[in-house]
Amino acid sequence: MATLYRKTLNWMDERFGAGSVEEFLRHKTVPVTRHILWYYLGGMTLFLFIIQVLTGILLLLYYRPTPNDAFESVQFVMTQVRFGWLIRSVHSWSANLMIFTAFLHMFSVYFLKAYRKPRELTWISGMLLFFIVLGFGFSGYLLPWNTLAFFATKVGTEMAGSVPGIGKWLLVFLRGGQEVTGATLTRFFGFHIAVLPGLATLLLAIHLFLVQKLGMSVPPSVERAVAEGRTSLRNMPFFPNFLLRDMIGWYAALGVLGGLAAIFPWELGTKADAFAAAPAGIRPEWYFLFTFQTLKYLPARILFLEGEFAGILGFSVGAVVWVMVPFLDRRIGFGRLTRVFTGLGVFVIGYIIVLSALALR
Amino acid sequence: MKKSIIFVALLFLSLRAAVAAPPKDTCIACHAALGGDLAKPASQFEVDVHHQAGLRCADCHGGDPSDDSMNAMSHAKGFRGAPKKNQIPEFCARCHADATYMHRFNPQMRVDQLSEYLTSVHGKRLKQGDTRVAACVDCHGVHNILAVSDTRAPVYPTNVASTCARCHADAAHMKGFNIPTDQFALYEKSVHAQTLAGGDTSAPTCSTCHGNHGATPPGVGSVANVCGTCHVMNEQLFDKSPHQAAFAKMGLPGCVQCHSNHEIVRPTDAWVGTGPQSACTTCHTPGDKGYGAAQAMLADLTHLDSSLTRAAEVLNVAERAGMEVSGPKVELAGAQEDLVKARVDVHTFDAAAVRKLTDSGVEIAAKSYQAGVAALRERDYRRKGLGLALIAIVLAISGLYLKIRQMESGDSIGHRGDVERKAREV
Repeated sequence: MATLYRKTLNWMDERFGAGSVEEFLRHKTVPVTRHILWYYLGGMTLFLFIIQVLTGILLLLYYRPTPNDAFESVQFVMTQVRFGWLIRSVHSWSANLMIFTAFLHMFSVYFLKAYRKPRELTWISGMLLFFIVLGFGFSGYLLPWNTLAFFATKVGTEMAGSVPGIGKWLLVFLRGGQEVTGATLTRFFGFHIAVLPGLATLLLAIHLFLVQKLGMSVPPSVERAVAEGRTSLRNMPFFPNFLLRDMIGWYAALGVLGGLAAIFPWELGTKADAFAAAPAGIRPEWYFLFTFQTLKYLPARILFLEGEFAGILGFSVGAVVWVMVPFLDRRIGFGRLTRVFTGLGVFVIGYIIVLSALALR
Repeated sequence: MKKSIIFVALLFLSLRAAVAAPPKDTCIACHAALGGDLAKPASQFEVDVHHQAGLRCADCHGGDPSDDSMNAMSHAKGFRGAPKKNQIPEFCARCHADATYMHRFNPQMRVDQLSEYLTSVHGKRLKQGDTRVAACVDCHGVHNILAVSDTRAPVYPTNVASTCARCHADAAHMKGFNIPTDQFALYEKSVHAQTLAGGDTSAPTCSTCHGNHGATPPGVGSVANVCGTCHVMNEQLFDKSPHQAAFAKMGLPGCVQCHSNHEIVRPTDAWVGTGPQSACTTCHTPGDKGYGAAQAMLADLTHLDSSLTRAAEVLNVAERAGMEVSGPKVELAGAQEDLVKARVDVHTFDAAAVRKLTDSGVEIAAKSYQAGVAALRERDYRRKGLGLALIAIVLAISGLYLKIRQMESGDSIGHRGDVERKAREV
């Protein structure tokens, strides 16, 4: 087996220098600190993304993106296609877990200050990937064309319609008209399986390249301790030591996904009816709840602005500040923590949790 | 010059005030100041639908509302005063029977209230001089009349029964009329009252069956027509059934014979059959054809009902387990419709016709039940599969863990080594 591996590698090395990849992997290390658990979240998010791609391709074999057929095709997958229920449930559960691990990954990077020089672009590419992941969730939610998805998309696109400056244009662009119709479904399908995967692949390539090029960041506290000679920086080879640990996590994730799919299959609900009254308590997916709840609390007018417009403006400014943190958090340097930005992170987490909990009441 | 300017300005202001001010209404001003019962019309009229439509006291009562003196209420100025009880219908009808006038306010407004009223028991007795009966104001109010569509109006559907009951449930008031006074108490127990109280304003109240302005008790022969205005199928089936002629011959009042009149409670399947709650055994006795038909219909209805319950239970369990059973549930709803139709078809009193529907429903219910059982079997299959998959995953994780342990035993690289040392080895 080892000989076959060596022969294959040599064959590829002679043709396009594959040996350099092996050489790179042999030297790649991961810092061993008490924060090492957080380093697995990027790999976990990537693993779940791969699951999404694979199950998504399988769903495409049966899915039909029209208002007349979408619901029925998903129903067919769930009831008639062998293991269709598993593929669809894993796709839905994995999507939510991926967004959850993406949140965790983002906040772990934020609090470990891994965005600081020279990893500003890694942070920005990661944040753009995060927005794309949210876009995947938003566009994919509508595709089964059920009642909840239909009305949640109405609410969601209305929120998008309040984006400062481009809101009205964005609403029509997303919906393919003034209302959520079959045109919206076709567009969301296009975004979900072509536009977003294309962008995600490009950004993922950039993000992974930067991670490999720059290596794993060492948290400022550890950096300071090493500089002061209180400890020495320990490293672990990425291949195979760290990768094998990654794989343990991926297997565990597979087990969790299988359990969720078998015990709590993702429900399909009832087919969307544009003329039906919106069900009571309609709300978007959990990752948009905090924005939804915030907009509910805002008064009709704030100073000279419409309340919803002001809210979306606030979130837009907040998102820009969050993305630009590596350039704003200028005092972060060698082993120095900037409490303001740590406090901001704690506030954002607290805000998201509290507002989401209030929306679920 | 200065005086001329002041004069012109004052003239302009007074003209403007004259144009902007509402027309003078001394009726309201004087009556409000009188206090007591005489002030009531003035205070109540504010909410009255006539006031909302722009009418004033003088439009009904006559007189001159621009006159501050008592001459405002002189016959010379057209004052008609308050009508006597027996004059009220015609008093209101001066406008309400005038299509040209009424259509100024609402083109769809009815103008036949007086002619209908005169056909009613109330109208006939009032004509005979009996002032105890209801006239317009007894139901609609006097100076605080609200639109029928106003939920506070005494004639709004949910308030009609209690409005009628003000007189008809008052034993003292009804003394001498020789009609019962328990209609309201009985109606309140009925499925109609419960449906109406539940917010369905299309559910019947007193006026739905008896009429409103032409209120009259339906005679024995017309009861089925009254019920049939809503329960169309039941009436048609009954009319074609052998019971129609038999009831007519015996002078029995159709629907009411089994369902009662005011206390119309929700029927159950036990009303057919031959059990203690059976309506059939009132006339039919063991051995006759109707008795056998009643037994057969009850058996078929019960069979379908229990089949539906059994199928719904298993489908609900499967649905709670997350299984996709919306298809069988839709089919089961079709079988539920068969049960509803079969219950209506009971009015044919033909056991074969009822069985045709119940058989169809039972067949669908059986299929739905099997679909539910299959879904539960699938659930168990998935859980077994999950168990096996989890065992494989745990084994794989254990293998990886052991591999890591083996790799890092005696080698400090995994935890304490540094990259330079590794590089030297390479």
